[in-house]
Amino acid sequence: MNHGVNVTALTIFLLFFALVTAMGFLASRWRRADNAQHLDEWGLGGRSFGTWVTWFLLGGDLYTAYTFVAVPALIYGVGAAGFFAVPYTIIAYPLVFLFLPRLWSVSRVHGYVTPADFVRGRYGSKGLSLAVALTGILATMPYIALQLVGIQAVLDVLGVGGGANSNWFVKDLPLFLAFAVLAAYTYSSGLRAPALIAFVKDTLVYIVIIVAVIYIPMRLGGYGHIFDSAAQKFSTVSPATGKPVGSLVTGESAQWTYATLALGSAMALFMYPHSVTGVLASKSRNTVRRNMAIMPAYSLMLGLLALLGFMAIAAGVGKGVKGYNAQLAVPQLFADMFPDWFTGIAFAAIGIGALVPAAIMSIAAANLFTRNVYKEFLKPDATAAQETQVAKIASLLVKVGALAFVLLMDKQFAINLQLLGGLWILQTFVSIVGGLFTRWFHRWALLAGWAVGMVYGTWKAYGVSSPATKHFGGSSAVIPGVGEIGYIGFTAFVLNLLVSVVLTLLLRAFNAPDGVDQTSRADYSAEAGDKALKDAPVPVAAH
Amino acid sequence: MSSSEVPKPDTGAPPGAIPAVTPERVLAGICLLVPIVAMLWVSSYTKVTPGIGGMPFFYWYQLLWVPASAVFTVGAYLLLQRDEKARRAAAEGGGPA
Repeated sequence: MNHGVNVTALTIFLLFFALVTAMGFLASRWRRADNAQHLDEWGLGGRSFGTWVTWFLLGGDLYTAYTFVAVPALIYGVGAAGFFAVPYTIIAYPLVFLFLPRLWSVSRVHGYVTPADFVRGRYGSKGLSLAVALTGILATMPYIALQLVGIQAVLDVLGVGGGANSNWFVKDLPLFLAFAVLAAYTYSSGLRAPALIAFVKDTLVYIVIIVAVIYIPMRLGGYGHIFDSAAQKFSTVSPATGKPVGSLVTGESAQWTYATLALGSAMALFMYPHSVTGVLASKSRNTVRRNMAIMPAYSLMLGLLALLGFMAIAAGVGKGVKGYNAQLAVPQLFADMFPDWFTGIAFAAIGIGALVPAAIMSIAAANLFTRNVYKEFLKPDATAAQETQVAKIASLLVKVGALAFVLLMDKQFAINLQLLGGLWILQTFVSIVGGLFTRWFHRWALLAGWAVGMVYGTWKAYGVSSPATKHFGGSSAVIPGVGEIGYIGFTAFVLNLLVSVVLTLLLRAFNAPDGVDQTSRADYSAEAGDKALKDAPVPVAAH
Repeated sequence: MSSSEVPKPDTGAPPGAIPAVTPERVLAGICLLVPIVAMLWVSSYTKVTPGIGGMPFFYWYQLLWVPASAVFTVGAYLLLQRDEKARRAAAEGGGPA
């Protein structure tokens, strides 16, 4: 859409990219441990990260480039409904505060690297653990793909990659290069690379957002004018549906959707393997707790960022363009509003913001494959060094898979799969969080509940159409028995929970054989430095 | 270091003599629950007025809850910190000395 390359912005973008690449490779020497061959080292950074490193790592991990592009894009498109991301992140931390410290403790005592490891140890069920692992890998792949979509949006606005008339190879060459570099340093440095790069990413993002929410409204005539323009846009009636295109505050009928989306997404957030990886990499239980109290700094940033969607409307981005790609709204807003050099910094923030989570996600998916498929089913006697080697190779394959997603599939498809990803990963909640508090649930009941949730959710989402697509067009549908419209993932979760409870009652009544529980009560409250940890099966980190 | 409302058990008492439900834990639970309930109660904030600096109520109210939720979470953190210290002290005091 942009003709010609913005040279100043591109130069700055490339400079930052070169900087983080160098950091990525050097990261392998950062806090290096003696036993570099253990999967804990490559896949969890030696479980050694303190409060601040964890804060940057988790922030870099959870608030992705796609978030920066998609949340304001949704606001730009429909208004208030897109703002659910803010209550979602507000709810998330108090909620996970209750169970993440327990997950950290039990994982530390038993050397669990993935959530599926925990499920395996708690319920003694290979099947349930495999279900959790595959759900994690399945949900992560399109998420990585979306990070690439984020980079593509930036490159597009920068004018790199040729126009519509260049062939696909030239068009996607910059993306290939970015990805090859990312894959190389993730391979060599493991989780240390994104942890180090996250410092650059988060600093850039904070600077850009603060400048954007002060500078852009000044140029656009203040927030009053911005919201007026938005109200005007949303009141226009869509010819496709016969209803207004959006709204400035959520209407009566949309409140259930808003609340269930916020709650369901908050519950799903720390079920994602990459979030768990970030948590397990921290060095103590208290580090985890402290982080839940300081993570909202990122949520504030997200909230302010969401407002950029309104600013894009007021600035007339994409006005009158038929079928305008809303994902380009924020990059385009930056390019229109900022001087070129600052556009370069802003785009670097988004670009690096894609690299950090993509690295962590591929590591998390690789850990899942290695621990819960390879070691469990293919080579149970694998040594620690073999595990690490398999994980490194798996991280490459995961990225190739994600790249294929972006290049071969319709973008709309990746975005829809992301909606499905959240819905799917939420179905592991009962097994994981339930298991952290009680051993009451029966492993077979949990597996059945998971299956019901997955099938119901996928089937319901398949039936949602939107003007752009026939299937998987959204994430909300009528909740049976309530009659209101709500987040499908949440409805599926409730169904999953019901099935798990009812079947557990039945199976317990018939004395169905229970799996062996490796864990004991005290494991769930163990803290670094405790006696239990000194006897832990994992070599304690270098520090 | 045991808090005033949680008495230190006598030596010989089994570890975990402090009951599962303590005032600290209850208060921490409430601290964590407040922001969740506030955000799920959508009908309490779906309105345009009163706006601040041109920003409708709906937006500034939710943005305000971000730092507010952090304050509540810090509160829960401090309460649980106190609770765990008391438990550790009790467990050590109760162990074979």
